[in-house]
Amino acid sequence: MILRRLWEHDLAWSFRRSPVTVVAAALTLACVLGALLSPWLAPQNPFDPAALDLNAAFKPPAWVAGGERAYMLGSDNQGRDILSTLLYGARISLGIGFASVLLSLALGVFLGLLAGYFGGRLDAVLMRVADVQLSFPAILIALLIDGVARAALSPERHDALAIPVLILSIGLSKWVDYARTVRGSTLVERGKEYVQAARVIGRRPLAILLGHVLPNVMGPVLVLATINVGVAIIIEATLSFLGVGVPATQPSLGTLIRIGNEFLYSGEWWITVFPGAALIVLVLSVNLLGDWLRDALNPKLR
Amino acid sequence: MRQILFASLLAAALSAQAANLRWAAQNDVLSLDPHSQNHATSNAILQHAYEGLTRYGKPVGGEYKIEPALATSWKQTSETQWRFNLRKGVKFHDGSPFTADDVVFSFKRIQQPQGTMQIYVTGVKEVVKVDDYTVDFILNGPVPILLRNIRDFRIMSKSWSEKNRSQNVQDYAKKEETYASRNVNGTGPYIIKGWEPDKQIAMTQNKEWWGKLDGNVSDVVYTPIKSDATRVSALLSGDVDMVTDVPVQDVQRLRREPKLKILDGTEVRTIFIAMDQYRDELVYSNVKGKNPFKDVRVRKALNTAVDREAIKRVVMRGLSIPAGILVAPGVHGHTKDIDTFPKADPAAAKKLLAEAGYPDGFEFTLDCPNNRYVNDEKICQALVGMWAKAGLRVKLNSMPFANFIPKILNFDSSAYMLGWGVATYDALYTLQSLVRTKTGGAEGSFNLGRVSDPKLDNVIDAIKIATDPKARDALLREGLVRTRDQFYYVPLHHQMRPWAMKKNVSTVYIADDRPEARFTRIEGGM
Repeated sequence: MILRRLWEHDLAWSFRRSPVTVVAAALTLACVLGALLSPWLAPQNPFDPAALDLNAAFKPPAWVAGGERAYMLGSDNQGRDILSTLLYGARISLGIGFASVLLSLALGVFLGLLAGYFGGRLDAVLMRVADVQLSFPAILIALLIDGVARAALSPERHDALAIPVLILSIGLSKWVDYARTVRGSTLVERGKEYVQAARVIGRRPLAILLGHVLPNVMGPVLVLATINVGVAIIIEATLSFLGVGVPATQPSLGTLIRIGNEFLYSGEWWITVFPGAALIVLVLSVNLLGDWLRDALNPKLR
Repeated sequence: MRQILFASLLAAALSAQAANLRWAAQNDVLSLDPHSQNHATSNAILQHAYEGLTRYGKPVGGEYKIEPALATSWKQTSETQWRFNLRKGVKFHDGSPFTADDVVFSFKRIQQPQGTMQIYVTGVKEVVKVDDYTVDFILNGPVPILLRNIRDFRIMSKSWSEKNRSQNVQDYAKKEETYASRNVNGTGPYIIKGWEPDKQIAMTQNKEWWGKLDGNVSDVVYTPIKSDATRVSALLSGDVDMVTDVPVQDVQRLRREPKLKILDGTEVRTIFIAMDQYRDELVYSNVKGKNPFKDVRVRKALNTAVDREAIKRVVMRGLSIPAGILVAPGVHGHTKDIDTFPKADPAAAKKLLAEAGYPDGFEFTLDCPNNRYVNDEKICQALVGMWAKAGLRVKLNSMPFANFIPKILNFDSSAYMLGWGVATYDALYTLQSLVRTKTGGAEGSFNLGRVSDPKLDNVIDAIKIATDPKARDALLREGLVRTRDQFYYVPLHHQMRPWAMKKNVSTVYIADDRPEARFTRIEGGM
């Protein structure tokens, strides 16, 4: 019964109508499942140094002369199986992507609600801070936060905390998007009758914000969040590519591309090409899903 | 009008001959203070501007012969006294004349404990001014390789240093900056115009130089490019003329490139791992109450677990010589028969660890530079894997060399990777710096794991004063073999470092990895 209603829902209908979206959803699902199940799917645990064999380094993909079945997509300079490293790496990339989006979403939505609902000085201060931050590219802010954390922590502690620090720096660099979107919608909702009614019956501001306003401003936020997952993955990959992201012993997709980049001239193309392709597929499919969600939720386009 | 035209024509003709050398390598210099850091890249840059009393001539057939530089001649007046006649009419880049006072001043300066260059005046007790152009070196005992040592004892101007309040050597470990760590005033063939850290160092020819260039390079721009791929791209695209540390994986490809040529050579540099053997408890380990590295069986296990041949084949692409001793071929004291190491055998290593009381291995942190030696970080990563197979859980802590050096100089490490080049081409330099008990100055200057073996100290002290070549060779051998058999270090390999340059550039390969612009010639147009 519920399934049937879901199937007939507007969203489901527009989903079925768009083959690109179906493919994108399938690819995203495959990436997420591959990442989640990597310990069971991957032939090797690339994060365990004892499992690596330097003598198996630089093996080409299985279908190229000299390749081996055991290393389907070849191996990298440390003898890590590329396929296994991709699966483990995607887990880190996706984990950081989702976690940082959640962080910036929570922070941005909350501050946006406050600014839009209360207005006045609070609004002015929050929005000026947002304006200032918007004038810097997100990657620069993430680099800055990561740099401060690096200087504050000893290198050893930093390596252990590399992933939380990355989540924090990417999350803090993107909250503005949500805050501004939510503030705009809240300004509109604030004057509506249901909010006034809630106020008249004496509900407290926080309850009004979370109980009444929030559900009505979440549509655009969800679209933004979907697209930002892709952006966050790209920022993480960029930071790791620049060598300030996750440590080389636990590579994410960006780290893998950086490592592989050194071997482009010497002909070991597979070390960088496969992680690069995986990154493109992952980000593209997440973005296509986001695009579809935006169109499907936009009443003007129906 | 005609005169101006003539002058500009002449200038054009002259500039057609002079050439710019754009040189790139991985590292930046650490300091411009010539008495501060004994660091190969810093020495390689500073030798263009600062000179010693002696220098190496153009190498012939791999032989490095000492020739006069700021001294024109010398004579050993007794076992412990040398007289140097200084070159007259030499001027520092700021125009002040070079005299005996500058030599005496520089000697006092290089001995200050915050520097790491004392090794180059090792055994010298005092430098005495005889007259303005004569100095006497008073020695503690005979120093057979004095002339080679003092090549890197670089002379600074006394008046300039005093004027700019740089009488004292910069304290690099404390991140001090002084005028002399940022500015240069030497007597050498090139004037360092400016250093933009991590960007470039610009040099221009010193027209007043006493010597004659053996090349046509008038200007040098040195650019540190950290990324391997970017450095090679810069060479391929013609943005730089010469790269002196080609990534090993790209050598084969560059050999096939018609625009380029490769100058092969073995660097006299050995890469090794050092362990803290001084503290009673390691700072970065899970073993409490004792220091496992004090046990020779543990050190042997570390040595046995390493597959040097695999590192050579995979990480170094064949461009290294696996090492068992701390000096490379080409260094006096190295012989093939003693340069041996245990065969890689993780099971045997595990057994040794069990005998030493660590059947389940233990944890420690390996500090590793990531932009200094050929593939340094990748070697460390490979080591982590190899040691893991013997049950050792090693945390890798890699960082840029500029952060790494102060850390190990402050003994803030339980195990680290270092490479040691030999400026004097003599094994004493290595034994004294790395193995001799650290007592300050040149003794154990880079013995930062604080190895201390009285037997070896005796051998090393005997080498310093040995005058009979045969007896001295036997002592060198004894020192190297005992260091090997006690496994005080984990030698990995001797590094080979081909230089790549454009076809029209010709220079001389120098095994201490210090290209000299004065030997470099660039043919044809820019």
